[in-house]
Amino acid sequence: MDAVTENLDDYVSGFLTSLSIILWSLVGSLVLGMLIAACRVSPVPPLQRFGAFWVTTFRNTPLSVVLFFCAFGLPELGVIRSFFFFGVLGLVLYTSAFVCEAVRSGINSVSAGQAEAARSIGLNFTQSLRFVVLPQALRTVVPPLGSVIIAMFKNSAVVGAFGVGGDLWSTGLTLTSARGYETLPVFIGVALGFLLITLPAGALLHVIERKVAIAR
Amino acid sequence: MTSRSAGEPLVRLSGVNKWFGELHVLQDIDLSIDRGEVVVVIGPSGSGKSTLCRTINRLEPIQQGEIAIDGERLPEEGKQLARLRADVGMVFQSFNLFAHKTVLENVTLGPVKVRRQSKGEAERRARELLDRVGVGAQAEKVPAQLSGGQQQRVAIARALAMDPKVMLFDEPTSALDPEMINEVLDVMTTLARDGMTMVVVTHEMGFARRAANRVVFMDAGRIVESADPETFFTRPASDRAKDFLSKILTH
Ligand SMILES: Nc1ncnc2c1ncn2[C@@H]1O[C@H](COP(=O)(O)OP(=O)(O)O)[C@@H](O)[C@H]1O
Ligand SMILES: [Mg+2]
Repeated sequence: MDAVTENLDDYVSGFLTSLSIILWSLVGSLVLGMLIAACRVSPVPPLQRFGAFWVTTFRNTPLSVVLFFCAFGLPELGVIRSFFFFGVLGLVLYTSAFVCEAVRSGINSVSAGQAEAARSIGLNFTQSLRFVVLPQALRTVVPPLGSVIIAMFKNSAVVGAFGVGGDLWSTGLTLTSARGYETLPVFIGVALGFLLITLPAGALLHVIERKVAIAR
Repeated sequence: MTSRSAGEPLVRLSGVNKWFGELHVLQDIDLSIDRGEVVVVIGPSGSGKSTLCRTINRLEPIQQGEIAIDGERLPEEGKQLARLRADVGMVFQSFNLFAHKTVLENVTLGPVKVRRQSKGEAERRARELLDRVGVGAQAEKVPAQLSGGQQQRVAIARALAMDPKVMLFDEPTSALDPEMINEVLDVMTTLARDGMTMVVVTHEMGFARRAANRVVFMDAGRIVESADPETFFTRPASDRAKDFLSKILTH
């Protein structure tokens, strides 16, 4: 594993870049996904259609195509930002569709009577969601949402491949192609870096799952 | 305010029609309910009783006609609708208590979030109401720990906490074991005596006789008959009501 030990600094900075792609994408896709889910369950038909369109589009388009559009299509339309920004944007758009569907299935698992009771005491749509439906939906949502998030972590490597540069994936590429290290040990190092993120995250999700299960 | 003039009925449905797809579930419904009046709605299963109840707070929209509460026409979706719903209490057959909240939180949610009462004030009033319906000792439990009868009484307290102008009950005792029916009916009877305006879908004739000012008989989406309880139960005018009563009286 000389490849790793000799280039530890590169690995550390690659790790940090990957972590920051992941954290930005995590926040972005959770917020956006919940907003789209709210559209889909709203009583307003145009919003419902918008939500359905969004999900259909991003769930059925390969991530690489979404990223390609963001990184090379948007600049042609006059949007000039860093590759990092476009990379995170693409991952957020793509992941939001999956977050939306996980959240929506959770919302649908809460009986209609709960929302009716909420509305009948005068809560508006947003309040019903926030105080009555979502807290209950969250319990069933945690496991599928966890899978979506872990998948997003791994997809962040694809973002790296789109020229963000400096993340774990591109560090691996630089080491093998530019500095001539052997592929296997270098990418075992890359994999370890990702495991360093996904394993604790998985453990954390497990804890959260047990917490909400007990609160039932 | 003109809307509160004594002559105006509290709830007024005029020319209401509603369809579920092809099914004409409410047909030309005209119904006026005065302040303090208790109306029992009775009729065969599928005749549209629940739907009628649910249109009054617009849980179900209608396609034709007009519904007004305290002189104010029911708005479409949005802020005004939420405000109007706060004035119309509803008690469901299946209780529908908020499963993730304690009994006390169930009762305070509306007052705090809709009426903007302080938490302390809402809790004080909630405990008072819970005592009144006889479940004060259960305030810290979650609904799943309560019997059906207790849950339904909490649901009544939750609706009362909003100081509603009118209360709708959709078969409030149909999901209850027989030994729990009376504890709920007793609470409702007291409420009626205290002057609450009520629309109650129920087949409990004892309650109708004791508490109702008027019985409305529905069949196939229409109001077929409307009379005081004594007249309705002893001398129903329509054949359909006679037929229906003979069925529920013999079992
Ligand atoms: N959401 C709905 N969609 C379609 N049909 C419905 C819906 N709710 C009720 N119905 C139908 O409308 C009719 C009246 O229902 P309901 O008002 O529940 O009757 P009741 O309460 O008198 O038993 C029934 O035939 C029922 O199947
Ligand atoms: Mg019914």
